[in-house]
Amino acid sequence: MIIKPLEFEKPIHDLYIKIDELKRLSQEGQVDLAQEIKKIETRAKTLKKEIFAHLTPQQILQIARHPNRPDSFSLANLICDDFIELHGDRHFRDDPSMIGGMGQIASHRVVIIGHQKGHDTKENIYRNFGMPHPEGYRKALRLMKLAEKFGLPIVTFIDTPGAYPGLGAEERGQSEAIARNLKEMTGIHVPIFSVVVGEGGSGGALGIGVANRIYMLEHSVYSVISPEGCASILFRDTDKADIAAEQLKLTAKDILELGVIDGIVKEPLGGGHHDWHCQAENIKKVILKDLASYKRKDTKEITEERYEKFRSFGKFMDESKTIKKGD
Amino acid sequence: MSILDWFNKKEKPEQGIKKLDIPGDLWVKCYSCNSVLYLKDLVANSKVCLECQYHFRITPQERISYIFDHGSFTQNENQLKSIDFLNFSDTESYKKRLEKATKKSGSIDAFVSGKAMLSGQAVNVGIMDFSFMGGSMGSVVGESITRLIEMAIKNKLPLLIFTSSGGARMQEGILSLMQMAKTSAALSRLDSVGVPYISILCDPTTGGTSASFAMLGDIIMAEPGALIGFAGPRVIEQTIRQKLPKGFQRSEFLLEHGMIDMVVNRRELKDKLTLSVRLLSPKFSGKQGKR
Ligand SMILES: [Zn+2]
Repeated sequence: MIIKPLEFEKPIHDLYIKIDELKRLSQEGQVDLAQEIKKIETRAKTLKKEIFAHLTPQQILQIARHPNRPDSFSLANLICDDFIELHGDRHFRDDPSMIGGMGQIASHRVVIIGHQKGHDTKENIYRNFGMPHPEGYRKALRLMKLAEKFGLPIVTFIDTPGAYPGLGAEERGQSEAIARNLKEMTGIHVPIFSVVVGEGGSGGALGIGVANRIYMLEHSVYSVISPEGCASILFRDTDKADIAAEQLKLTAKDILELGVIDGIVKEPLGGGHHDWHCQAENIKKVILKDLASYKRKDTKEITEERYEKFRSFGKFMDESKTIKKGD
Repeated sequence: MSILDWFNKKEKPEQGIKKLDIPGDLWVKCYSCNSVLYLKDLVANSKVCLECQYHFRITPQERISYIFDHGSFTQNENQLKSIDFLNFSDTESYKKRLEKATKKSGSIDAFVSGKAMLSGQAVNVGIMDFSFMGGSMGSVVGESITRLIEMAIKNKLPLLIFTSSGGARMQEGILSLMQMAKTSAALSRLDSVGVPYISILCDPTTGGTSASFAMLGDIIMAEPGALIGFAGPRVIEQTIRQKLPKGFQRSEFLLEHGMIDMVVNRRELKDKLTLSVRLLSPKFSGKQGKR
């Protein structure tokens, strides 16, 4: 499959085109170019390593938003031996930008929930570009309650530019739906594991992200606001999105440093958009480890841990003198 | 600094008030209907326009004086201070913005909390301050709200939070986002002890604030005409490429769509709060409860 290269991928892409050409030549003609091909392949790999070791936040953002980035539904199917999709919030409608279902990973039964983006315009219109309406969050909560009832651990895949800002979404209570999830997820009796697989956009991402363990894929992002939104509000200049992307500290490395996530999941060299299977395999390894270790934990331990994790978030100066002054 | 100091030093024009260029500064113009109002009358009317009922934005101190028993407010003096841990700088550094906001509002951050008497009943109170960086929620605001909720869990007194905030404080990046989860998590614990939480939405309540503790009240009230929503109107208009209908995302719209319990004029807020707290608290000790 040929994927249109991102700007910074072009030098690598060009080498691979050359390799393909040489391969074709050696097949057609009698010339043996194996030696030459091998040399260029090594060069391509080195170049790839070099480029991917020094990605800017803006470039990482491009990978996180790549149209060919593995989507939540595909990941669920790749990770599970069996996966069955479930639909609907039981109130209003089924939101295609939030998928969910049950599955089995090795010996573990799980519920998987995730934001769902498309890979082309048609799919994206159907999936609303991965931006859920309130019913998406209510569907997610319904499935979490289902998981809780039957003692199944929950895995969530985060991949959204944000919750949808539209008329219907506001009418039906986008704020309430997200707020409800934040509160309810705190008390869910089964362990929750979240992986930011692409774009972790604001409250719309967090709405399924109150988890015991949170991971980010190597080239994913997690942010309080999109760099474009930040640029337009704070910088008053939409052209400053690149600077905003740096300022917001939204890469996996940054977020790990800030203590919000528990680990970074490796991506295949060159990014997950080139190898979905490898991407899924890497996620599966991490999830399997957690599933095994959380089997021994009881409900209280699980909810306490999740509460304490989120309770601890925040950086400030505390000069408490607890002076109580009556007026 | 106690709340009294604030009252005394507030000499500059208040938030939301446009003073007219008339000697003495005694007259103000209503933003909504353009009526010229005598400042003293406006203040006596809880800063609600006498002509059109427009609710001027008010400071936490003013709110305290309008709602709670005279002199009963005791502020939680948890000296939490925001820090610029990301070294964030847009058109101005976060550090500078904090300094300016402190100077302008006289407060340390965008949230004031404490205990007060509501018609004789002790309650826990939190009030967001829109004049401090748009009432945005960073680590300090999130932590202060969480501590207030924890105080309510401990002292078992009703919790009242007045919101007025544009949302998360972007300058604190991902950690500001996490305050949404932190405050909401604390509220789930409040549930388990059966302490009532009344959320009062004031203009404006949007973004990360509305999508967390603000919309989680056992009872949700809103002041008339307040802008309440997840996304800001400008963002929605840009997304859907059409003008928003009149009254969209205003309190009355939310009431109609089942998102809040009531729209309450500021002049009647004290009574409505008193009654609600009385009906939800079996041990209400207030005057209204002993009729
Ligand atoms: Zn008026």
